Amino acid sequence: MKKYIEGSMAVADAVNLCRPDVISAYPITPQTHIVEDLSQLHADGKFKGQFVNVESEFSAASVCLGAVATGARSYTATTAQGLLLMAEVLFNIAGMRLPLVLTCANRAISAPINIWTDHSDAMALRDCGFIQLFAENNQEAADLHYMAYKISEDNSVRLPVMVNMDGFLLTHAFEPIDIPTQEEVDAFLPPYKPEYYLTTKHPITMGSMVGEDGYMEVRHYLEEAMKNAFPVIEKVTNEFKQKFGRYYGTFVDSYKMEDAETVIVAMGSVLGTIKDAVDLMRKNGVKVGALKVRTFRPFPEKHIREALNNVTNVAITDRASSVGLGGILASELKGALYGYTSVPNVTSYIVGLGGRDITVKTITDIAGQAGAKFDSSKFVELDKEFMKKGDEYLKTI
Amino acid sequence: MEQKKHLLAPGHTACAGCGLSMGARMVIDAAGPNTIVTNCTGCLEVFTTRYPQSAWEVPWIHSLFENSSAIAAGVEAALVALNRTGEAKVIAQGGDGGTADIGLQSLSGMFERGHDVLYICYDNEAYMNTGIQRSSQTPTWSNTTTSPTGKVSYGNPTRKKDMFKIAVAHDVAYAATATVGWDMDLKKKVQKALSIKGPKYLHVLVPCPLGWRVENKMTIKVSKKAVSTGLFPLLEYENGKITATRKITPEPVLEYLKMQGRFKHLMGDSPEAKAKLAEIQKIADENIARYELKA
Repeated sequence: MKKYIEGSMAVADAVNLCRPDVISAYPITPQTHIVEDLSQLHADGKFKGQFVNVESEFSAASVCLGAVATGARSYTATTAQGLLLMAEVLFNIAGMRLPLVLTCANRAISAPINIWTDHSDAMALRDCGFIQLFAENNQEAADLHYMAYKISEDNSVRLPVMVNMDGFLLTHAFEPIDIPTQEEVDAFLPPYKPEYYLTTKHPITMGSMVGEDGYMEVRHYLEEAMKNAFPVIEKVTNEFKQKFGRYYGTFVDSYKMEDAETVIVAMGSVLGTIKDAVDLMRKNGVKVGALKVRTFRPFPEKHIREALNNVTNVAITDRASSVGLGGILASELKGALYGYTSVPNVTSYIVGLGGRDITVKTITDIAGQAGAKFDSSKFVELDKEFMKKGDEYLKTI
Repeated sequence: MEQKKHLLAPGHTACAGCGLSMGARMVIDAAGPNTIVTNCTGCLEVFTTRYPQSAWEVPWIHSLFENSSAIAAGVEAALVALNRTGEAKVIAQGGDGGTADIGLQSLSGMFERGHDVLYICYDNEAYMNTGIQRSSQTPTWSNTTTSPTGKVSYGNPTRKKDMFKIAVAHDVAYAATATVGWDMDLKKKVQKALSIKGPKYLHVLVPCPLGWRVENKMTIKVSKKAVSTGLFPLLEYENGKITATRKITPEPVLEYLKMQGRFKHLMGDSPEAKAKLAEIQKIADENIARYELKA
């Protein structure tokens, strides 16, 4: 049934339909509406599990870790500073191979403090061992949660999943969202039945100390689990498509790329704007397309390479920057193309940091620079007045 | 008589005379097999769970240094959500650093939310796992590697953070202090705590021969001296009241301090050393008066 609701409410509804046993979270803008909505579902008796209101994101992640280790399906949500405060626990959850679903309402990292859309938070945690999926719109954001639990709890994977949705642009946007029935979700997502968990019936030791004789092997299995996630993500995405009739691509999704000479690559809600820009440019006879990277971890090198096989120019937009390197998606995508004889020209653009609007013109300008020299730290559309004042001030000190 | 099997099995890698290993064994034996344990990073985790071995006969989990209480909160919430509360009691444990320093926030959160968890702090009065660095539980004028004695230093200048009072301030269901020197008292307190629903706190003094610079065989004796001098009162808080569970005929603190190399620098005749000793005596005297410890 379609409901005209806010993105956060859609996610809260979706999470509740996944029947989590324990939810623990700490409020932080722009994630707050998700946990407020879940709290209300709890207060109304619609979410029947335990809701643990904690004193920090660090404890929220820790409560979830303890709950999953005891055999409970668990959920948390956060963003930006909260995600960074969770960082130590998130590495631990992945290392201990505990399935968990976390929603990240993507937001900029301080300083300067800024609460608006940005991918710096998720990018900073790209090495923590979470599967990372990026939603383009609110229907996809909600749907990713049903799929995320199924991927996360698969025995060959057993890795936590971070569902990324752009803060405000998605979390606070109202759209008509199809929310399935409990029966439909139950038929898709079976109850969580872990192979091992903390129980007095069969005492086990979890989180033991592993020295140089085994640490590398354990970390190797973590890497293998990420590889195992490829076929599982594919299987779950296809099963979702069959049962619910919705499909957003698996690892990447291409838009008007059949004969495209230039392709814009991006993640998240900006794909909507990019598609509008592609339509506009196509009307003017420019052979341009768009590639959405939907699964960032595991990084779909093969799928990206195949998608860009016959393309002349690739322009990558990053909504984050690795300070000292530049665009992260750009850097990883370039790596994916290394060693192949027929590779496109690649350009990199840092766009939309801290909630800066990315407009159709931003995208058409970028497409117009196709074939330019690669510059991994090119910040697009910097404010000229601001920069003039800033440069003048810097000369005085 | 048949020897009872310990729930913390022998063969782990703790130092000889380790007070922490004794305390942890006493606690889990008193708690029994229907217990799930969460553990901070530290000596206890290192010497009991070196992969591929484990000394724990009960379900046990270690995550990080500072989140034993929050992990325990998650375990308890899961047991409630899954209708498994009858299966096990939950014990969270950690050392003095993991409890009173880096883990204090998550401990406070666990208390405040009222989780049905018993938290045990094994206090050996410094970061022993990393090599005897001071913590907020290091006693006044103790010599540690980060509060060393020197030409202008007599060691750690601060006073022990009072974790018992901090627990009581959270209005916990039960709080107590204990030490391995008085094992029956310790076991009784564990069992009483576990019979009460809600958040509980037990602070256990566990001498570390290596860090305290005492002989391995002196662990029990030195822990008893901490009690008999008034420096470590054995207390209990229940039903809103604090009571002393062990009255003493106070001995001078010198009797306790002179057993330990970490206070060796206070043993001279200099006026400074005498002044420092008097300061420590004053701490004991205050405890004796506040908790009416005199027999």
